[in-house]
Amino acid sequence: MFDLFKAKAEAVSAEVHRFATKKEGLDFIRQLMTTEGIADEPQSYAVWTECPFLEGVDRDELVKEFPGLKFNVTRTFAEQSKIGITQMHWGLANTGSVCQNSTPAEERLASSLSWIHVAILGTDQILPDMPTLLEKVDPKDCAYLAIISGPSRTADIERVLTIGVHGPQRLVVVCIDDLGGTN
Amino acid sequence: MSTFKDSVDKALNNPNLGGALGRFSEAYAVARLKAYEGIDIEALRNRVAAIKGYAAEHMEELAEQFTKMATARGAKVFRARSPQEAKEYIANLCREKGVKKIVKSKSMASEEIHLNEHLQKQGLTVNETDLGEWIIQLAGQKPSHMVMPAIHMTRDEVADLFSKEVDERLSNDIPKLVKVARKELRSKFLEADMGISGGNMAIAETGTIALVTNEGNARLTTSLPKIHVALVGLEKLVPTWADAAPILVALPKSATSQLLTSYVSLITGPTPNDDGSMKEMHIVLMDNRRSEMAADPVFKQALQCIRCASCLNVCPVYRLVGGHVFGHIYTGGIGTILTAWFDELKKSEDIQGLCIQCGKCKEICPGKIDIPGLILEIRRRLVQEQGQSVTQKAIFSVVNNRHLFHGMLRAASKAGKFMAKDGFIRHLPMFLSELSEFRSLPAIADKPFRDVFDTIKQPVLPGKVAFYAGCLIDFAYPEMGEKLVKILNKAGYNVTFPKGQTCCGAPARYNGAYEVAAGNATDNINALLEKDVDYVISACPTCTGALKHEFIDVYENLGQRDKLPKARRLATKTMDFSTFVKQLVDEGKLSFKEGVDLGKITYHDSCHLKRTLHAEKEPRQLLTQAGYEINEMFECDTCCGMGGSYSIKFPEISKPILTRKLTNIKATDCKTVAMDCPGCVMQIRGGFDKEGSKIQVKHTLELLADALK
Repeated sequence: MFDLFKAKAEAVSAEVHRFATKKEGLDFIRQLMTTEGIADEPQSYAVWTECPFLEGVDRDELVKEFPGLKFNVTRTFAEQSKIGITQMHWGLANTGSVCQNSTPAEERLASSLSWIHVAILGTDQILPDMPTLLEKVDPKDCAYLAIISGPSRTADIERVLTIGVHGPQRLVVVCIDDLGGTN
Repeated sequence: MSTFKDSVDKALNNPNLGGALGRFSEAYAVARLKAYEGIDIEALRNRVAAIKGYAAEHMEELAEQFTKMATARGAKVFRARSPQEAKEYIANLCREKGVKKIVKSKSMASEEIHLNEHLQKQGLTVNETDLGEWIIQLAGQKPSHMVMPAIHMTRDEVADLFSKEVDERLSNDIPKLVKVARKELRSKFLEADMGISGGNMAIAETGTIALVTNEGNARLTTSLPKIHVALVGLEKLVPTWADAAPILVALPKSATSQLLTSYVSLITGPTPNDDGSMKEMHIVLMDNRRSEMAADPVFKQALQCIRCASCLNVCPVYRLVGGHVFGHIYTGGIGTILTAWFDELKKSEDIQGLCIQCGKCKEICPGKIDIPGLILEIRRRLVQEQGQSVTQKAIFSVVNNRHLFHGMLRAASKAGKFMAKDGFIRHLPMFLSELSEFRSLPAIADKPFRDVFDTIKQPVLPGKVAFYAGCLIDFAYPEMGEKLVKILNKAGYNVTFPKGQTCCGAPARYNGAYEVAAGNATDNINALLEKDVDYVISACPTCTGALKHEFIDVYENLGQRDKLPKARRLATKTMDFSTFVKQLVDEGKLSFKEGVDLGKITYHDSCHLKRTLHAEKEPRQLLTQAGYEINEMFECDTCCGMGGSYSIKFPEISKPILTRKLTNIKATDCKTVAMDCPGCVMQIRGGFDKEGSKIQVKHTLELLADALK
């Protein structure tokens, strides 16, 4: 399932990385924040929404390392951020999509306003396809179901594919094997 | 009419348009199939058609259920009967809530009712945020394609528009232009008091609005402003949450050849704003004649549309003239139908005539809508409402009078002689000159087939076949008829030629004159069923389609039910030439000379043979068995531009469609092209003659006649 997910996601220009443990995943995200020059100034923030992945993570330690990292995801921080990190609930293998119950506004701010969307996903949460997802999700508990496949794109000028219009220019999917039931 | 013809000419002479649309349509055909790889397309189309068909049948019930469910989730649902009601509701809401600035994500329903103009008149600032929509908003235009609104514009034109908007000279570099749009529109998103979206679906069971986009603007439109208004037509209703899946599988693949768009959002009721308050969500469910359409036994089918616009992408006419000519807000084939309803029947008068009836859109429509059939129905209703134009009436009164029609064609044969050389008419006098400008026309034969037939000597054979010649074989290509008799004699069939046969009625039907077509049908049925025969065979797919399907359709349409049994009897006996001969070969009644290598040829699929009679394999198998090797051309099943009387009404469109076909044939390097329709032979043979090309254009039966034992 993961291999198909990865192939389909990469086919729509998403970047897919797989790690056995949460620690390795966190190291990767730290590395990305370093590379992207996350700093405590407009245009250089990173925002990270509340999620099960963060349980047991020393946030103070992270903020010390990256003063531009904000766990308090406001409109301003998100709009001025380079990276938005959210944890997704499901993946779809045959379209390479990541899906989330995005009812809390912060989830949508972090995943749509920043330049790079880092989507954390439990490898075991990858479902085969759209019909399976809709069977799994009950809209009673999910006012805003977001299904994201690759970065924002357009071909509205002369049919030339251009990445990064209103949404993120990069979608970086961080799959973690031992996230377990913490979805 | 002259102004419409002017707009056609202008579009045809716009190289940007033809180039961009042409390249796109070629790429689309390939990419669409790739997107559907591994998927049972027919099963999916049936599923989508069933869901949407059910929704159309139960429109009011689903609208009530949707209203109830969405209201229970905290949304306000307003049922707007008319465009005016929809516009006033939104304008009032703006006044009531003190809204000043609005951002919009793409909504065809809002284009349909000219919502922006209405809101701007109230002093509101409205910004489109879909890149294509923003471009045409800045240009003060209307969308020319339902999915890609600005497909008609070049990067230079976009650079000019954006330069004016940001007051800075910009280059035509597309990624840079996109970045400018992001920056400009981002601040508008952040400042907006209200976001207006459309809806790709409204799910009745759950009260959910589905939004399918690529740019991410719909996510921002529905997230950043504190008020979200979704303007949704009643045809977007689907019954259940699970029903959304097949539509989400089909829509992106048919629309843009994507497995899925970048963003799909399923919104069920209001969500929190980022300041902790709850969003106000208003859903305007708009009728504007959709319920009337659902009650129409013929047109309710059009509500199965999921707005993928694939009917535009495969249309040989749309790709030449674009949506500003072929359409009015809603564009292309389906757009013609929607315009006739959501706007008014009369608005579709000019654009409906652009459909050449090739059937390509019907074959790929994910909602399985018979788009060409519905366009014919528009034509029929227009004729009913307004009467035929005087010239058309004169033509059809002749066609309908068999003796007069045949007498005139015979007279034309004598007159044509002055202009005909080696079987072609290359120049026609005065008003007819346009007809032979881009292709030579066949000379009217000295002796029509109906006279030649009497001189053919046939042995007495056990089987009986009635031959239906159709006007072209009868009057232009009698030699095809002679060969057909020879072939069928070999297989043990005597051929009769019932002299009472007349025009198959296609020209009348294609022009909406159903009474005339019904008269043709009755004459032909009486003639062809007069003597008992085993089969009725025609070597013209359009005629075969008339005998097999359309006589029945015309009677049903006119409510002449007493005539149906005989029409059905004729239909069961009727077969097209290649399908019949394939059957004879399979039965061992005909066989080919052995060990013959006749070289490479290419094959052109005639529209009605492939898409009405579904005979694409038979002629290929026969030609291969005969010893030909078939080298397939690019777009082998794309129309040649003939379309019967279409090439007389729109020679300026027929010509470039033909040119494309000739180019594709030449690219195969074959010396011969085969086809099963004398109309296509006339068009393509005439085109090559005009070019001075030596490529042989043959009806399949001409090639088979010499290869049979």
